Amino acid sequence: MNFLSQEVPISWYLLLSAVLFSLGVIGFLIKRNLITVFMSIELMLNAVNLSFVTFAHEWHAVKGQIFVFFVMMVAAAEAAVGLAIIIAVFRARATLAVDRIDLMKL
Amino acid sequence: MNGNLHLWLIPLLPFAGFLLNGLIGARLPKWLVTTIALVTPLAGFAVVLSAARGIFGVGAAAGSLPYIETCPMGWINVGMLHIDFSFVLDQLSLVMLLVITGVGFLIHIYSVGYMAHEEGYARYFSFLNLFLFFMTVLVLAGNALVMFVGWEGVGLASYLLIGFYFRKDSAANAGKKAFIVNRIGDFGFLIGMFLLLANFGTLTFSEIATKLGQDSGWQGGVVTVIALCLLLGATGKSAQLPLYIWLPDAMEGPTPVSALIHAATMVTAGVYMIARTHVLFDHSPFALGVVAIVGAATALFAATIGLVQNDIKRVLAYSTISQLGYMFLGCGVAAYSAAIFHLMTHAFFKALLFLAAGSVIHAVGGEQDMRKMGGLRKKLPVTFWTMTAAVFAIAGFPPLAAFFSKDAILYSAYLHGTGGMVLWFVGLVTALLTALYMFRLWYLTFMGEARSPEIHPHESPWSMLGPLVILALLSIGGGWIGIERFAAFLAPATGQRVAESNTPHLELILSGAAVAVALLGWLIADRLYRQKPAQAAQLAEAAPGAYKLLANKYYVDEMYGATVVKPLLGFSRYVLGWVVDAGLLGGLAWLLGGVAVFAGAILQRWQSGNLRSYAAWLAAGAAAVLLFMTVPTLLGAAGITLNLHWMGH
Repeated sequence: MNFLSQEVPISWYLLLSAVLFSLGVIGFLIKRNLITVFMSIELMLNAVNLSFVTFAHEWHAVKGQIFVFFVMMVAAAEAAVGLAIIIAVFRARATLAVDRIDLMKL
Repeated sequence: MNGNLHLWLIPLLPFAGFLLNGLIGARLPKWLVTTIALVTPLAGFAVVLSAARGIFGVGAAAGSLPYIETCPMGWINVGMLHIDFSFVLDQLSLVMLLVITGVGFLIHIYSVGYMAHEEGYARYFSFLNLFLFFMTVLVLAGNALVMFVGWEGVGLASYLLIGFYFRKDSAANAGKKAFIVNRIGDFGFLIGMFLLLANFGTLTFSEIATKLGQDSGWQGGVVTVIALCLLLGATGKSAQLPLYIWLPDAMEGPTPVSALIHAATMVTAGVYMIARTHVLFDHSPFALGVVAIVGAATALFAATIGLVQNDIKRVLAYSTISQLGYMFLGCGVAAYSAAIFHLMTHAFFKALLFLAAGSVIHAVGGEQDMRKMGGLRKKLPVTFWTMTAAVFAIAGFPPLAAFFSKDAILYSAYLHGTGGMVLWFVGLVTALLTALYMFRLWYLTFMGEARSPEIHPHESPWSMLGPLVILALLSIGGGWIGIERFAAFLAPATGQRVAESNTPHLELILSGAAVAVALLGWLIADRLYRQKPAQAAQLAEAAPGAYKLLANKYYVDEMYGATVVKPLLGFSRYVLGWVVDAGLLGGLAWLLGGVAVFAGAILQRWQSGNLRSYAAWLAAGAAAVLLFMTVPTLLGAAGITLNLHWMGH
C-alpha cells in the first residue's frame, strides 16, 4: 500500500505549510529574543520549501525542487551572516532584546 | 628675415618664471629665486633682440613684416566664428617689445635691491614675471581677442602688485579700485569687439584694415561707435579722463611696480591699442577728435593736480597721467608715430623718475612726503644726477629725449586743421606746468637743507643704481633717433605718411616756444622753491579756493563716490541684498526647505526603528496582497462574478 503518496491529499501538505508559516510570522512578531526571531525566519523559509516540494510533486515539475535547493543555500548563507551580526550586536549592546536594538548607530 | 622667430618664447619665458617662483619659490633659496626671476625676462629680451637683429640687420627684408605666428591647434571654432591664437611681429610691436622687455628687465634688476628685505620676495617676482607674460601677449596679439587676454592679464598682475602689501587696507583697496575702474573700460573694449565681429566678422587687425580699405562706405556711423568703445577701454587702462582715478591710488604698490606697470608699460597699452586699431580711428574723424580732446584735457587736468601734491610718488603719478594725455593727443591728431615715440621716451624717463624716487624713498627709510626731504643732493649723488637727467628730459629741454617726442606731438597738433591751435596751446600750457611741478619736486627733494633731522639717508646699492644710470643714458639719448626716421620706420604698421617738415621755420618757432615755457617753468619753480620758499605758501593762501580745489584733486573721487559708488552700493545693499537676495531667493529657499522638513516630519513616522513594527507592516501588506488575489476566486467559487477584466480571469 502506498499510503503516503496516494492517500494524503495535497491540501494537507499545504495546510501544514501554512500553519508552519503562520507560526513563523507570529514568532517573528511577538518574540523579543533576536535568536528566536531568527529561528522564526528559518521556520518561514522551511514552510515555503514544503509548499515548493508539494507542488513540484503534484505537477511532476522539477523546477520547484530546484528552487528549494536555492532557498536552502541562501538560508545557510543568511544563517552564517545573521549569526555573526547577532554576536556583534551582543558584544556591543550586551542584550539581544529586539526592542532595545532600535538605533542604527551603535 | 627667414626661418622661425619663435615669438611664442617671448611671453612663455617669463611665464615659466612665474610658475617656478609662484609655485615653489617660497621654498627655494633666495639666490635661486633671484636667478629665475632675472634669467627668464632676460631670455625673453634676448629673443626680442634676435628678432630685431633680423629686421634691422644688413640686407634684412623688412618687407617680410608683419611676421605672423599662429597656434597650429586653432583656438576658438564655434559655428561661423573662427579665431586663431596668433602673434604678429611688425614695426609697432617690435618697438613695444623692446621697451617692455628692456625696461622690464632693468626694473627686475632694480627690484632685487629694492625688495631685498621685503617679505614675499618670491611672490613679488612671480607677479612681476606674470606681468611681463601678459604684457608681451598684449603687444604681440594679432587679433583683438588675444589682445584682450593680455589686456585682462596685465590688469590682474597690476591688481596683485598694487595690493602687494595686502595687510595694509589702503593697498588692498587701491588694488580693488584699479580693478573695478578698469572693468568699466573693459566693458567698452568688449562691446567694441562684439560690434567688430557683428560688422566685420573678424577680430584680426589686418583683416579689419583690409575690409575698411576695400569699401569706402565705412565712414562714421558704426565705425565711430566701435572706435569710441575701444577708446573707453583705452581710457580705463591708460588712466585718462574720466577713468584716471585709479592710477594715483595705484602708488600703494612697491615703487618698482609703479615704474614698470603704472608708468612705463601697462598704462601705455591704451595708446598702443589705438595705434594698433588706427584704421578704425582714421575712418572716423569724430572719434579721432574725441581722442584728441580727451588727451589734451587729461594732460592739462592732471598737470594742475600734480602742482600741489606733496607725496613724491603721487606727483609722478599725475605726471604719468598728464604725459599719457600727450600720447592720446598725438593719437588724436593721427600722429601715431609721434605718440609711440613719446611712449618710448616716456617709458625711459618716467621709469627713471620712479626708480630714482624709489631710491630716494629707500634712502630716507620709507618717507614719501617731499616736505620732509630736502638737501639730499650730496647724500645721494648718483640718484641726484640720474633724477636730474630725467627731470630735464620730461621738462623738454634739448637735446634730451622728451624734447623731441613732445615737440613732435605739439607740432602735429599745431598742423592739425581746425582746433589744432587750441590743442597745441593746451599742450604748451601743460608743458609749462610739467616743468613747474617737476622742478618743484627736484628742489624740494634734493636742494636746500634737510628739513627732517631724524632722517639719515644712505645711497642705494648698485643693483638699484645700475638701472638708474642706464635709464638716464636712454633718457638723454633716446630721442636722438629723430621723429622722421622713427616715423618712417613705423610707417608700414601705422600706415601714416611721414610728417614732412616743409615748414622748418614754423617748426623752429614751435620748438622755441616749447623750450621757452620749459625754461619759464624752471624759473618759477626756482623762485618759489629755492629763492623764496615762503612765497609758495603765500601763493596758496592768496588763492585758497583754487588751492583747495587742486589739493583735493577737483573732488573727482568725492563726486564719483556720491554719484556712482553710493547709489550703486545702496542699490546693491537694499534692492539686491534685501529684496532680491534675502527676500526673493532666501524666501524661496526657506519655502523649499520648509516643504521638505514638513514632509519629513510626516514620513518619518514610518521609520520607527522598531523591527517588529516593520515586520508587522510587512505581514499586513502580504496579507492584503493575498486577500486581493484570492477574494475574486473565493467569490467566484461562491457564484459571484466581479468584473475585474484586468485581473486576467
